[in-house]
Amino acid sequence: MSDFANRLTENLRAEKIFAVATCIGGNENVGAHLFIYPDGSNENTLGDAALDARVIADARELLANERSETRAYDDAQVFIETYAPPPRLIIFGGVHTAIPLTHYAKILDFRVTIVDGRSHFVTPKRFPHADELIVEWPDDAVPHLAIDASTYVVILTHDPKFDIPALKALSTTKPRYIGAMGSRETRRQHMQELRAQGVSDEFLQSVYGPVGLDLGGRSPEEMALAIMAQIIAVRYRHDGGHLMHVADE
Amino acid sequence: MQEIISDVEQWRERGDQVALATVTWTSGSTPRAIGAKMAVNSRGEFVGSVSGGCVEGAVIDEARQVIKTGKPKLVNYGISDDMAWDVGLACGGSIRVFIEKL
Repeated sequence: MSDFANRLTENLRAEKIFAVATCIGGNENVGAHLFIYPDGSNENTLGDAALDARVIADARELLANERSETRAYDDAQVFIETYAPPPRLIIFGGVHTAIPLTHYAKILDFRVTIVDGRSHFVTPKRFPHADELIVEWPDDAVPHLAIDASTYVVILTHDPKFDIPALKALSTTKPRYIGAMGSRETRRQHMQELRAQGVSDEFLQSVYGPVGLDLGGRSPEEMALAIMAQIIAVRYRHDGGHLMHVADE
Repeated sequence: MQEIISDVEQWRERGDQVALATVTWTSGSTPRAIGAKMAVNSRGEFVGSVSGGCVEGAVIDEARQVIKTGKPKLVNYGISDDMAWDVGLACGGSIRVFIEKL
């Protein structure tokens, strides 16, 4: 493969954010590529050091906002593309609903981790598509899961002896989303218990439960779809209603 | 992108040449956003998409040309395009697609 294709592949495999600037029009260097990393370090050239410097400055700003854009620099048109690492979905509880949820998440290019203290729930046979299977109690697992702002967490265990420690451990992390399976009554009891254990109201309010969008389905597959749909709505900060009822932007 | 890359690697391993098409600009309502990608090999097989199926056929033809000549190309598709009847976007938006040999 070309140097460009090799470097692109390597960077994608590393699953860290980077940008590629490509000269797409306006000068003799059309097709030239420049790789830019968040710290400003870079590889290759668009063929002109002054142009490179301007593009690197813009690319760092686009990287910070995870945006891609075509920009004009005098005569040169440069497409600056951000490649963000795939988001992660961590599922606590290798239950039935976790199986279709893993399928949906993989189709949507999430990295999927299943955590359950019960080894017979998290077998490769049940979860052939998962990226990672962890047999561990939730509160033991949370500290080394590297949960960050591109991590989505769903608790499906639906049993206070797993749910409460999981939520308590998660209350010190900052994922993009936490959803917890269970009825309104379950949620009320969980909240009461966690508040008594000193977990903040701000955190408890941020947990989505009962989990999922209101799609009406009751099968594990349908519930998994409602959860996945909610994760996508949260990802793009939308409410998740019918498009035909959304006012024109 | 990960899925496209693994197909591209398989194609390259068996000796096919490959072009990559990327949406670099959009205007109005378009089926896919900036950064949408499609890879095409010298046999005309493809993976990924740059629209909702409206312009993929045209992109495959352009991509095979790019593979032959090695020269990258920026192509416009949209309702205002002369070829609107053949390869326009039904949604009324416009896109620019950059096609390069890998």
